[in-house]
Amino acid sequence: MEENGGHPMLQVEDIHISFGVLKALNGVSLEIHKGEIVAIIGPNGAGKTTLVNIINGVYRPSQGHIFFEGRDLTTVPPHHIAALGIARTFQNVALFKGMTVLDNILVGRNLSMRSSFFSQGIYWGFAQKEEIQHREVVERVIDWLEIEHIRKIPAGMLPYGLQKRVELGRALAAEPKLLLLDEPMAGMNLEEKEDIARFILDANEELGTTIALIEHDMGVVMDISDRVVVLDYGDKIGDGKPEEIRRNEKVIKAYLGTATQR
Amino acid sequence: MIIRGCPTQHEHYEEEFRSMIYRECGVFKATYQEDMAIFPIPLDRWGLTVILFVAFVMIPSLASEYWLSSILIPFLVFSLAALGLNFLTGYAGQLSIGHAAFMAVGAYTALILYGRYEVPLLLSLLGGGFVAAAVGSVFGIPSLRIKGFYLAVSTLAAQFIIEWVLTHWKWVSGGVFGTVDTPPMRIFGWPIDTPVKKYYLVLCFVVPLTIFGKNLVRGQLGRAWMAIRDMDVAAEIIGISLFRNKLLAFTVSSFYAGVAGGLITFTYYGAANIEAFNIMVSFHLLGMIIIGGMGSVLGSFFGGAFITLLPIFINQFARAFGAVLKTDLLACIDLIIFGGLIIFFLIVEPHGLARLWQTLKEKLRLWPFPY
Amino acid sequence: MVFAIEVVIGGLLVGVMYSLVALGFVLIYKASGVFNFAQGDMTLLAALALVGFLTFLPLWLAILAVLVIMIALAFAIEAVVLRPLVARSPLALFMATIGLGFFLQGIGQGIWGTDPKGLHIGISDIPFDVRGLMISQFDLVGAVLSGGSVFALVWFFQKSRIGRALRAVSDDHEAALSVGIPLGRAWAITWAIAGAVALVAGVMWGTRLGVQFSLSLIALKALPVLILGGIDSIPGAIVAGLIVGASENLAEVFLGPYVGGGIQTFFPYLLALLVLWFKPYGMFGREIIERV
Repeated sequence: MEENGGHPMLQVEDIHISFGVLKALNGVSLEIHKGEIVAIIGPNGAGKTTLVNIINGVYRPSQGHIFFEGRDLTTVPPHHIAALGIARTFQNVALFKGMTVLDNILVGRNLSMRSSFFSQGIYWGFAQKEEIQHREVVERVIDWLEIEHIRKIPAGMLPYGLQKRVELGRALAAEPKLLLLDEPMAGMNLEEKEDIARFILDANEELGTTIALIEHDMGVVMDISDRVVVLDYGDKIGDGKPEEIRRNEKVIKAYLGTATQR
Repeated sequence: MIIRGCPTQHEHYEEEFRSMIYRECGVFKATYQEDMAIFPIPLDRWGLTVILFVAFVMIPSLASEYWLSSILIPFLVFSLAALGLNFLTGYAGQLSIGHAAFMAVGAYTALILYGRYEVPLLLSLLGGGFVAAAVGSVFGIPSLRIKGFYLAVSTLAAQFIIEWVLTHWKWVSGGVFGTVDTPPMRIFGWPIDTPVKKYYLVLCFVVPLTIFGKNLVRGQLGRAWMAIRDMDVAAEIIGISLFRNKLLAFTVSSFYAGVAGGLITFTYYGAANIEAFNIMVSFHLLGMIIIGGMGSVLGSFFGGAFITLLPIFINQFARAFGAVLKTDLLACIDLIIFGGLIIFFLIVEPHGLARLWQTLKEKLRLWPFPY
Repeated sequence: MVFAIEVVIGGLLVGVMYSLVALGFVLIYKASGVFNFAQGDMTLLAALALVGFLTFLPLWLAILAVLVIMIALAFAIEAVVLRPLVARSPLALFMATIGLGFFLQGIGQGIWGTDPKGLHIGISDIPFDVRGLMISQFDLVGAVLSGGSVFALVWFFQKSRIGRALRAVSDDHEAALSVGIPLGRAWAITWAIAGAVALVAGVMWGTRLGVQFSLSLIALKALPVLILGGIDSIPGAIVAGLIVGASENLAEVFLGPYVGGGIQTFFPYLLALLVLWFKPYGMFGREIIERV
């Protein structure tokens, strides 16, 4: 969904990065516009997670730039990038295993919490009000994701599917402008996938969050994305509407036929 | 909106999950505020009042001088130091094996302020904390680049460098190698010379600092620390500044250690000696939080109690068998049990006595209706 | 000038001994992924046992006896401490070795007491005179012994079948298991080797400093060597040991008098910290890349 032909929200410009002798990304460029759901697909090792890591500031590209709402991110440290409004979930669930679900999601609100060190230590007064305020927001997220019953359980003890959902909650709690999801449905059964797909769509429609997701399930990708970007061993080999990509020769070859599945 | 702590019937989840949330069953909070209080369970809230009453009223009137000066005071002070270490290692996950050095900084600072410059006692003790905090934050700087084992060893550097500075820097040691006695304590001219008064002095530091600490760890800072401990790369991507929070952990934990150092010097040892804060003490602090419970305020106190009471228990135990133990042998057995228990707890209950305590309370709570 | 060279040589000789102690750590770390904080206490235990046995056994028999004890100890440690903690974090294992250290200390003190003992194995105090340079016999013998041990260890790990298996274990526990290498046995062997290293170190340092509590702190001396060289690098341990030995001696002799002496206790740490800032995994250590 194109917004007013202004600047794209995220602009990836000619990104190169190598790990040792392995060239992970070879001049990749793409754009993501506000309100879109863009899927990034490609065989394993294509560089999808690396690209997302670069956007988050974990890796620095050897060449190229990333612009978010006009601002150059390439040299900004990760925690500042988060403050600009980019949130993320991870391929291997990166929940804080020692903390409860509630605390995990509350941590997601960290950026908007303002109370000072001393204020927190004394608690009564500003810090308490703020905790309650943010607690309300987090509870709303929890209700929305239907995970009320596990709020107080340490995240490490949850089954995989629920962990992924909690991670989604943590990212959503930050009320991000851009949400990067790295294989949010990996390892889930059909029912769980449908749930997550529904949450993603709702986040996009109700909350207006722009979403970029890395995903292998072509059915899901074709269903929910507005646009699809295809990476193959560091190169971008496709960028367009789902139907176009499905018919793209190069993409089909890269996937050996999986792109035609439904 | 009513928050139900109890899980709804959900076939997917096993008994373990329900047992984890035992405390909430049947206790409904009407607001988030109540749910988030330190002690949301009325039983616990009641318990806290009892503890404070016992600490401030009953113990001073009933305990013997021996108990006050030889057991309770070191228990409280070492628990405070352990609490500081817990912030850094238990919550923020930065292993620190030279922590006693910061206690030494606090001790010497307090002594110099009070003894040499006649700064009021309370300010001197706090001053010890602040200087220790400053020193601690300097030694925390490596944590920005260095991790894990390498970081642990660089904290050891703190131990040795500080030991050397405190003994060789003439301005600090006053040219005296060895012990420096503390001058008699006075607050606003009122002498602090009996065990009871010393006990109250210690209590007046330990209680507020513990409450402050508890508030810190259950709020935003505590969560940021735990996030860094569990997965720091992810924490950074969420927006938590590793630099600021790690440094804060070093600063806060050193402050607590510094205050503890000053307190123990004035109220227990009666003199400042660098040997009282050597590497073995650092290891003992670490052992305290392992056994007591890492990442737990209560655990720090369990650890402090353990270390203070262990020699006594061994003695009593031996006496029950008619044996009288010489101090040397006592020290050996002490070491063996201490070391053995560290290993035991790491294998069996890595969250230490604090978790055992929680499990115990849970069993009692559900008894006699376990389901 | 001659004096300076003497200082450097003296430092290098001591450095070889540091290298040996550091190597004990590196081996255990490489094979079981755990940093053995109890290495120093093991060294002290070995030295104490040796002194005890020397009262009624000839030297070579006493050494053999202690070796047997250290090997038995290694197997016991593997079974009681390492195996239950096999799946846990390196931090937990590290803390377990701290507990182990306390435990061994207590045992050592309980059996043999805390007063310092002398250890004499027939090396005289008179320094050699090599073309005008004075070199301590102690240091020379120590260096030769250590150097020999280091070579033996490196050869063992690089060339022998068991050594290869141990290296496989250190690289990847699960992969090693899948090709049939018994993990527990591999660990026990490594700890036994570390025990032997502790024995050699105990003999040398015990002769030099006397057998007393401070012997266990020698291990702490090896820590800056480890972080300078990298905790999983054998060449790193060797090179760093030499650097630490030489620089510590130089600093003490030439800088010490200006600041009241005692520099050697912390100078290696300062040096290591400086290097760490630029190379967070030591000079040769393997960088741990976390994937998100």
